[in-house]
Amino acid sequence: MEVARYWRTTKQRYQLVGEKCPQCGRRIFPPRDVCPVCGHEARTAVQFSGKGEVYSYSVVHVAPEGYEKFVPYIVALVRLAEGPLVTAQLTDVDESEVWIGMPVEMVTRVLREDGERGMLIYGYKFRPALPVNNQAPQAAAQPMRTPLPKANGVHPEPVLQAAMP
Amino acid sequence: MRDVSIIGIGQTPVGEHWDKSLRELAYQALLAAMQSAGVERVDALYVGNMLSGELTAQEHLGALIADFAGLRGIEAIKVEAACGSGAAALRVGYMAVASGLCDLVACIGVEKMTDQQGSTVTSALAMAADAEYEALQGLTFVSINALLMRRYMHEYGYRKEDFANFAINAHANAVNNPYAMFRSPITAAQFAEAKPIADPINLLDSSPIADGAACVILAPTSIAREFTDKPVRVRAIAIATDTLAVHDRRDPLYLEGGALSAQKAYAMAGVGPADIDVFELHDAFTIMSALSLEAAGFAPRGQGVRLAMDGEIGLNGRIPITTMGGLKARGHPVGATGMYQIVEVAQQLREEAGLNQVKNAQLGMAQNIGGSGATVVTTILERI
Amino acid sequence: MQLMKPVRPVGIIGYGAYVPRYRLAGQAISELWTAGNTPPPVREKAVPGLDEDVVTMSIEAARNALARAQAADPTFDPAQLGAVWVGSESHPYAVKPTSTIVAEAIGATPYTQAADWQFACKAGTEAIQAAIGFVGSGMARYALAIGMDAAQGRPGDALEYTAGAGGAAFILGPSEHALVEIEGSVSFVTDTPDFWRRQHEQFPEHAGRFTGEPAYFHHITQSVRALFAQMGLSATDFAYAVFHQPNVKFPLKVGEELGFKRAQITPGLLVNEIGNAYAGSALIGLTAILDIAQPGERILLASFGSGAGSDAFCLRVRRSLPTPHVWTTRTYVDRRVPVDYARYARLKENYIL
Repeated sequence: MEVARYWRTTKQRYQLVGEKCPQCGRRIFPPRDVCPVCGHEARTAVQFSGKGEVYSYSVVHVAPEGYEKFVPYIVALVRLAEGPLVTAQLTDVDESEVWIGMPVEMVTRVLREDGERGMLIYGYKFRPALPVNNQAPQAAAQPMRTPLPKANGVHPEPVLQAAMP
Repeated sequence: MRDVSIIGIGQTPVGEHWDKSLRELAYQALLAAMQSAGVERVDALYVGNMLSGELTAQEHLGALIADFAGLRGIEAIKVEAACGSGAAALRVGYMAVASGLCDLVACIGVEKMTDQQGSTVTSALAMAADAEYEALQGLTFVSINALLMRRYMHEYGYRKEDFANFAINAHANAVNNPYAMFRSPITAAQFAEAKPIADPINLLDSSPIADGAACVILAPTSIAREFTDKPVRVRAIAIATDTLAVHDRRDPLYLEGGALSAQKAYAMAGVGPADIDVFELHDAFTIMSALSLEAAGFAPRGQGVRLAMDGEIGLNGRIPITTMGGLKARGHPVGATGMYQIVEVAQQLREEAGLNQVKNAQLGMAQNIGGSGATVVTTILERI
Repeated sequence: MQLMKPVRPVGIIGYGAYVPRYRLAGQAISELWTAGNTPPPVREKAVPGLDEDVVTMSIEAARNALARAQAADPTFDPAQLGAVWVGSESHPYAVKPTSTIVAEAIGATPYTQAADWQFACKAGTEAIQAAIGFVGSGMARYALAIGMDAAQGRPGDALEYTAGAGGAAFILGPSEHALVEIEGSVSFVTDTPDFWRRQHEQFPEHAGRFTGEPAYFHHITQSVRALFAQMGLSATDFAYAVFHQPNVKFPLKVGEELGFKRAQITPGLLVNEIGNAYAGSALIGLTAILDIAQPGERILLASFGSGAGSDAFCLRVRRSLPTPHVWTTRTYVDRRVPVDYARYARLKENYIL
């Protein structure tokens, strides 16, 4: 059983506490103490809003130890509103409802159990965000889904051909 | 610095070696390489391996294998850089010979994976990722690659089928490699219907984990011909790193570590991508092939897949890759893979690739990737 | 008997609800165990996801309460919470507080009082009573009280039809910024063993029809009548009434006995849609009312906890506050993903691996 390992990262896992670079103002999550942009020491704690959007996603069918009971579960890269990408699970959503660009918000959920008798490990996951009209999100998400991948502006011609050979 | 060459190569078949332990696999490859070089003793042994502790409850592989191979007393250590361990061991061996500290050095890559199953192996492989911020979220190695692949498709407008030729090419080449795990060709239809593993990655996008060991013997180029008629000169070997976690990268779809290690290797060898005749890349998943081709300068950003779609990666193509089957079809014994790539490039440069021989191959390159790109080892070899 | 009223006026500064998204129809249970011959006491019930428990549900309800408190009082800061109290009968740990995890997650640590409350289905209102005293006495400026449950019912037992999930969180504070003022409350308890769960047992036991008249009805009517008498009020003085909701029938019946009309009760009656959320049952009903109540309106809240007791509160709405950025109770209730019994059994981990 690992206790201290999880305990020392409680704040960042429960409430997305990251850092802010005092030099360039960059918001940093996960915390890393040194600004990845300007290299300045960055230890000022900042709580993130928990709002973001899906950058990419996939589904885990064969899980690592401790995660087996959750399969299949959705994993994602989420672009936080403050800038950083974060790797996390999506919850309260089915795979068919997820799309790149989908607005999501952070919730605190059970990540895993440290064995049958060990600690319950809680941490951030993301779920579809509450739309402004305060309606349950699944209903609103459906018509907004992006139907097709977009072509990239950098290589428009060859890429479009690539998509339709 | 002394010039360094490979004077002997050896490998075991890649597969499920139920009857062989890690030390036996390593010994088999080492013995083959020493016989190929005609040497009975080496000064040092560097063992590339990722998961011996997790999967076989054995660390301390340097001394273990040295002793088991009858080389008790020599310098021997393990080198670990996730799936980049194999080529990282070559880099250590190269430094030992180039510096003049050692004359004859054996570099082994070995992995024994089939002693464990299921979630244990899945968890072990995830150790290449960031334990606190990727693995703790339940991410597996395949799902991290799936995140990259989906974003790549979204960003550049590709479909899943566009990646098929990476797998088809690898399988076609493995047919003629007696050491490969999957020696049967696959079709585009089979690829399209393959079982999803972590969407958009399907079974045929993915390399199989397996047991295996490969080995090379290094010597100063000045004496290489005393041991072999076909020495292969190490023109360059360079390691570069990137963040462990994909989310920490400036651009997740660009292997900065891959680009950096390739640039260092090109500079060291004084060559460029256009000079490379054979490229053994790290096709753990088809998306990694695309990203590696782009990082190594064979395709612009977002165009790596086009090389496969346009048939440029075959044995007669513009840049032949995975010429002996690659990770996809030769198999991916993770810490051994980098050394298999080196042995296979050496086979091409020694004209020992049989039906898969790339004609007039003078300069070959291998790119071995640890994790999702956090450690990248680029090696350039030359026929002399 | 004395009306409980703090030295200085106390009100609800912020409130928040939570209901998990899965729903199991009562008919599915009836069909599995009784060939469809038992008319289900509720239409459907809420079921937590595999990654949810009383800790995670409490955290979300608490965050909703914080968001509303910050709208009501821009100077409010979770670090000012003098107490984080969670009432539940399904705390994930037998030993280790739910409340410290919740307090850490919402930024209330380290200078705060944290404790878990236990009194069957009135553990949440117990925590509110105590929070009123804590704030009303001046020991704390703000206190957070939560009633939350992932209710357990033995497969095939009558309780399985109704054992739902969800609850609500309330931030109590000085009444000047409050959305709702608490005018007074009464607690009525006796040793009446109608429902219990022994240590190490997974599912509760109950005393069948004994849970009705001598337990639920007796305790609620006594507490509410005492409150009426002490405050000189009757059912007609209230715009809304919300009672503990073990099924649809009991709260309507006890309301009728106390002189309430159906229209006063139904806005807070969620049991048909989410089941009995045990310690969260009456409290989430209250949040549904607070989402629609207008300034000046009175609300009666009466919980019931087996074992047994009832807390009755007289609440008066001071102001209504638009908070479109916070999930309403109705949004949670309407967010529903129906599951069949097999998926439900998996979610409840009621199978042997």
